[in-house]
Amino acid sequence: MTELENKKPTTLNKILSGLFVATILVGFLWLSIRSIGLELDFSTLLPYKQRLWQGFVMTIIISVGSLIVSLFIGSITAIGQNARILAISYLCKTYVQIIRGTPLLVQIYFFYYIIGTAWGIDNRYVAGILILSIFEGAYISEIVRGGLESIDHQQYEIAKAIGLTPIKTLQFVTLPILLSRILPALAGQFASIIKDSSLLSVIAVIELTQTIQEISADNFRMFENYIFVGLLYFILTFSVSMISGVLERRYNHEYRTNKYL
Amino acid sequence: MNIELINICKSFAGKLVLQDISFQEEVHSIAVIGPSGGGKSTLLRVIGGLLNPDSGEIKIDGIKIDFNEKALQLYRRNIGFVFQAKGLFEHLTGMENMMLPLIHSFGMNKYDAEKAGDDLLKRFGLSDEKNKYPYQLSGGQQQRIAIARAIAVKPKLLLLDEPTSALDPEYTAEVLDMLGELQNEGLKTIIVTHEMGFAKNACEKVMFLVNNQIIESGKSNEIFNAPKSPELMAFLNKILEWKV
Ligand SMILES: Nc1ncnc2c1ncn2[C@@H]1O[C@H](COP(=O)(O)OP(=O)(O)OP(=O)(O)O)[C@@H](O)[C@H]1O
Ligand SMILES: [Mg+2]
Repeated sequence: MTELENKKPTTLNKILSGLFVATILVGFLWLSIRSIGLELDFSTLLPYKQRLWQGFVMTIIISVGSLIVSLFIGSITAIGQNARILAISYLCKTYVQIIRGTPLLVQIYFFYYIIGTAWGIDNRYVAGILILSIFEGAYISEIVRGGLESIDHQQYEIAKAIGLTPIKTLQFVTLPILLSRILPALAGQFASIIKDSSLLSVIAVIELTQTIQEISADNFRMFENYIFVGLLYFILTFSVSMISGVLERRYNHEYRTNKYL
Repeated sequence: MNIELINICKSFAGKLVLQDISFQEEVHSIAVIGPSGGGKSTLLRVIGGLLNPDSGEIKIDGIKIDFNEKALQLYRRNIGFVFQAKGLFEHLTGMENMMLPLIHSFGMNKYDAEKAGDDLLKRFGLSDEKNKYPYQLSGGQQQRIAIARAIAVKPKLLLLDEPTSALDPEYTAEVLDMLGELQNEGLKTIIVTHEMGFAKNACEKVMFLVNNQIIESGKSNEIFNAPKSPELMAFLNKILEWKV
């Protein structure tokens, strides 16, 4: 630990490096924009701020909704993949393979127009959340399965030896260890959900991307519109990675003292 | 404590590991010795209720063990089990490891559990280690905390599966001293061990397990001084060959 601490960069070093990277990035962007003679005027977005806000909120709602449903689907299918009943195991594995092996765009059309129509799901927001959840659930399934497999079997043997019930074993052994291991991957997946939700614009779910497409058809300021919307997505995903950093520290046993029982 | 094993059989994937194990003794401390693969760990896990035998019965003080999962959960709470290595929950500190069974298996409140954990850790000189995670502890410290956790619940019987075989000689002495002390206080123990000195001097009885069967058992000084079976003689000769 001390060895690591000694190697920690100084604050001055951090600030200088940060400034350096920022200068390079901004300089590169500015040069590019200048060289094609582009004049950016973000005030053109002002009249649409109400709609942008609504789209922004809708993207958050869809992402959080999908995160919750996909965690549920992912956990169930992760356990299902190792089920003793072969049919269940095959079902879960097939689901993961097919979903991970096809593009989200294809799935959106397929599920919305064929499955959704057949089963009478015509609310596009509900449909959107479900489709995105089915898609992301397959990736979460693999994350959870990998996490479960990485837990040393002896940990369960100890739980058994001290007489813990299966439910308490899940609560006090499996989940805390699992969570500390898969939290970074889950946070990454949540960032993907936020970005992937933009594809739901193809079934006219009025989230951020659809909103900006509509605005573009109105003001024709493509560059400002898409740069701005990119920034909004980045604000969301960056917040996720910040929050995940905090959670990781809380769940990672190496940082934590005496918070658990 | 009277332990009775009646025709215990166990096989893994068709391979016989315990064959008609029968045994009855008044137990204070028994050392289980024998060559690798002889079935020692398997037998210990069966006695600890961690593994169901294919057939046979176990009686503790005349009471038959019920091998149904609910009954076993209760049974295990009265038995301490110490593993060869990595016997602590990796996501909990030493202290939390002590408290978890007290709180969640025994329903003790947090305050009492902390007190009980504290007392035991202090007694075995582990107070400085209580807020450390297993990966921050030496093998010997981990093992002593694992033993402290096992006895915190005041088990009727403590089972140990080669608790020192993953340790350096220095740590081995540390752990064996602790065990000897507990045995002197009357804690009933069954220990699988390769430490013949400990088996001979600290354990009252010895069970010699080889090729899925108990070949010989009895008082430890008799067993070591006058082995009867050729298998045990050969085993002891081999083991003592490199002793100083
Ligand atoms: N879960 C299991 N599945 C399959 N075979 C097993 C299992 N556990 C043990 N065995 C087999 O049973 C036999 C006895 O194993 P056991 O661990 O009881 O031996 P042991 O006497 O404790 O040996 P050691 O001194 O090396 O620990 C071995 O041949 C082993 O391969
Ligand atoms: Mg063994």
